[in-house]
Amino acid sequence: MLSGWGRYPRIDCRVVTPRDEGDAAAAVRAAGNSGLIARGNGRSYGDAALNRRATLSMLRFDRLLAFDPETGRLTCEAGVLLSDILDTFVPRGWFPAVTPGTRFVTVGGAIAADVHGKNHHKDGSFVDHVDSLDLLLEDGRVITCGPDREPELFTATRGGMGLTGTILRATLRLRPITTAWIRQETVRAPDLDTIMGLFEESVDWTYTVAWIDCLARSARLGRSLLFRGEHAEIEEVPADRRERPLATPRHRTISVPCDAPPGVLNRWTVAAFNAIYYRLGTPGTAIVGAWPFFYPLDSLLDWNRIYGGAGFVQYQCVLPKPASAVGIRALLEAVARAGRGSFLAVLKLLGKQNELMAFPMEGYTLALDFPANAPTFSFLNELDAIVADHGGRLYLAKDARMGTGLLHRGYPGLAAFRDIRVRWNPAGSFRSLQAERLAL
Amino acid sequence: MSSPETKSPVLILGAASDIGRAIARRYAETGRPLVLAARDPERLEPDAADLRLRFGVAVELRAFDVLDITGHPAFVNGLEPVPGTVVCTVGLLGDQAAAERDPAALELIVATNFTGPGVALGLLADRMAAAGGGTVIGIGSVAGDRGRASNYIYGAAKAGLAAFLSGLRNRLYAKEVHVVTVKPGFVRTRMTEGMALPALLTAEPDEVARAVMRAETRRQDVVYVRSVWRLVMAVIRMLPEPVFKRTRL
Ligand SMILES: Cc1cc2nc3c(=O)[nH]c(=O)nc-3n(C[C@H](O)[C@H](O)[C@H](O)COP(=O)(O)OP(=O)(O)OC[C@H]3O[C@@H](n4cnc5c(N)ncnc54)[C@H](O)[C@@H]3O)c2cc1C
Ligand SMILES: NC(=O)c1ccc[n+]([C@@H]2O[C@H](COP(=O)([O-])OP(=O)(O)OC[C@H]3O[C@@H](n4cnc5c(N)ncnc54)[C@H](OP(=O)(O)O)[C@@H]3O)[C@@H](O)[C@H]2O)c1
Repeated sequence: MLSGWGRYPRIDCRVVTPRDEGDAAAAVRAAGNSGLIARGNGRSYGDAALNRRATLSMLRFDRLLAFDPETGRLTCEAGVLLSDILDTFVPRGWFPAVTPGTRFVTVGGAIAADVHGKNHHKDGSFVDHVDSLDLLLEDGRVITCGPDREPELFTATRGGMGLTGTILRATLRLRPITTAWIRQETVRAPDLDTIMGLFEESVDWTYTVAWIDCLARSARLGRSLLFRGEHAEIEEVPADRRERPLATPRHRTISVPCDAPPGVLNRWTVAAFNAIYYRLGTPGTAIVGAWPFFYPLDSLLDWNRIYGGAGFVQYQCVLPKPASAVGIRALLEAVARAGRGSFLAVLKLLGKQNELMAFPMEGYTLALDFPANAPTFSFLNELDAIVADHGGRLYLAKDARMGTGLLHRGYPGLAAFRDIRVRWNPAGSFRSLQAERLAL
Repeated sequence: MSSPETKSPVLILGAASDIGRAIARRYAETGRPLVLAARDPERLEPDAADLRLRFGVAVELRAFDVLDITGHPAFVNGLEPVPGTVVCTVGLLGDQAAAERDPAALELIVATNFTGPGVALGLLADRMAAAGGGTVIGIGSVAGDRGRASNYIYGAAKAGLAAFLSGLRNRLYAKEVHVVTVKPGFVRTRMTEGMALPALLTAEPDEVARAVMRAETRRQDVVYVRSVWRLVMAVIRMLPEPVFKRTRL
């Protein structure tokens, strides 16, 4: 049984694991018309990396191939995890230019979803730092593409959710760092207007993100904590760490051992989040490790099990900036009114981006978790209506249930994307459960 | 990172296997230089690049076919310097039903799991003994602990390898060559891809790698991967033959 990170839906999939290009090409050929989809580390939440007939696990495609210490250019295979890149290159003074909120994603998955990080407003998304990639097509050809080489295929592949072909290798540019520490400033915002104002005045910070208390209502609606950060300089690092400023202090990870029975959800979640808030929540400036700053949830391995066997869905939308103040308020009001407090509620101001299928657009993105059940699904239809009314869209990497109507309104580049997809892979061999559900 | 030039190389026979790759990473992590041997060493170029980049160790690639036993002396004598550790992960599960009918298929399973590794490891052990010692590690299998209808030809070859390694261990004990027999149960690799394996009894290749490293440092003789297998196999071995022959394990 295979699923995304939300453990909904769970499907019996035949998994094929290539070790090298020859294996991958053979798997694509063998799949033929019945189709297949690449899978990275399964950190997308829904059904994007699932195909009943053939799911191509890229996790054994995990070799680092070349690195230029002058420029920070890294060439690696698509199944390499960001955590491998961190382990290898942070001690040498390099950091991923863009990282999502978990380090357990593959490079291929990060490209296919064109993931964004806390620095999207400044540095764009993951693929803005990709020089080129090698893409395996359904006819067995491997095409190298990049911003100036087969740019059309490259553009469609970023955010293309594996549907334009299977990424075999990529060359990325890492960013130089002098320490493995972050200077973090934590600011409390009593309501939504304040947090949005804070985002506006924090645009010069490299990293910004806010945690919203979505149980707060009326005057306190949107009450939140803003975290903003910069890579710390050596003088800022605690004195006893200055000798080895790039060493990453190993911190403890805790595993959620098994599915939580219904009801335990709250205890686990509250405990987990209290811990996080405790670590990060005090207003003021602190020098914190890069790991807890970027990956607060990664210290709780397998935390997706706290939702129990039925799984959960994550709802992440983005609204255009002019509509955000009204739209985000409407969404938060709906959540608070329904009493469906999502413990994970993240707000962030994204920068400009205009690709065919990439999720980010200039405006506010809100991400919420809900248990996967019938009341949730009907409630999410209400949220969909608000998102549609305000010209927003949902993130495919999180989605397990949206309808085609919202998809079409949210992704005007869809028709162009489909043309490119079909031109390069006429048989449409690369397809996922999500692609079939949404007729991508 | 400590200076790799002072450390003796680790030779991995069958280095393109999933278990071999995992073992290479674990040894490289400790700064040991590597010699990776496989039928098609070119396929290992990306692995070599990875190990150099991640761990800064020297990596050499060598062509090695375990079936070419007349070529083994030249292969073994061509290794310079003499490896401090050798791990043989070569193996072939084969098709039991085919091997029941076709002697050539049976012979291939036996040669790949027993004769070939036996010849190579024997020669390597002697060369290590002459050089002052070392560690020889063979990957056997729990399948060698008792012959079962579903895979007894593979099991017989692995049993042969285990007996061989036991004798080698005994012969070279005084010569500072330590011989380890590793017996994995199920491992999630290319060999078992597509099979329905019980989660609790199935190891990742990296668990085998850690067991191998541990066996070397602790000078263990025979190790199971996932200790429950020691128990499971003890029970299976204890079943009296009149009972065992009726089972469908
Ligand atoms: C705790 C947590 C925090 C997160 N935070 C963020 C965040 O801050 N920002 C953000 O943008 N996302 C975030 N995500 C989502 C995650 O970054 C993306 O879903 C990412 O795509 C997951 O990568 P993966 O390797 O697990 O890919 P999978 O989930 O396995 O696959 C995702 C998609 O990529 C495709 N794919 C994977 N590998 C390849 C390949 N080699 N070739 C072609 N297609 C491929 C799949 O077909 C699928 O469509 C978060 C997820 C979690 C669990
Ligand atoms: N997977 C399990 O459940 C399991 C359980 C117990 C024991 N084992 C043992 O573990 C070892 C490693 O196997 P694995 O699971 O990692 O599977 P694997 O990837 O299939 O490894 C088998 C290896 O043997 C090599 N090989 C086969 N014939 C050869 C020959 N003539 N000359 C040189 N090399 C040859 C193969 O080389 P190519 O790469 O060139 O094909 C391959 O690398 C084997 O000895 C196996 O019997 C496995």
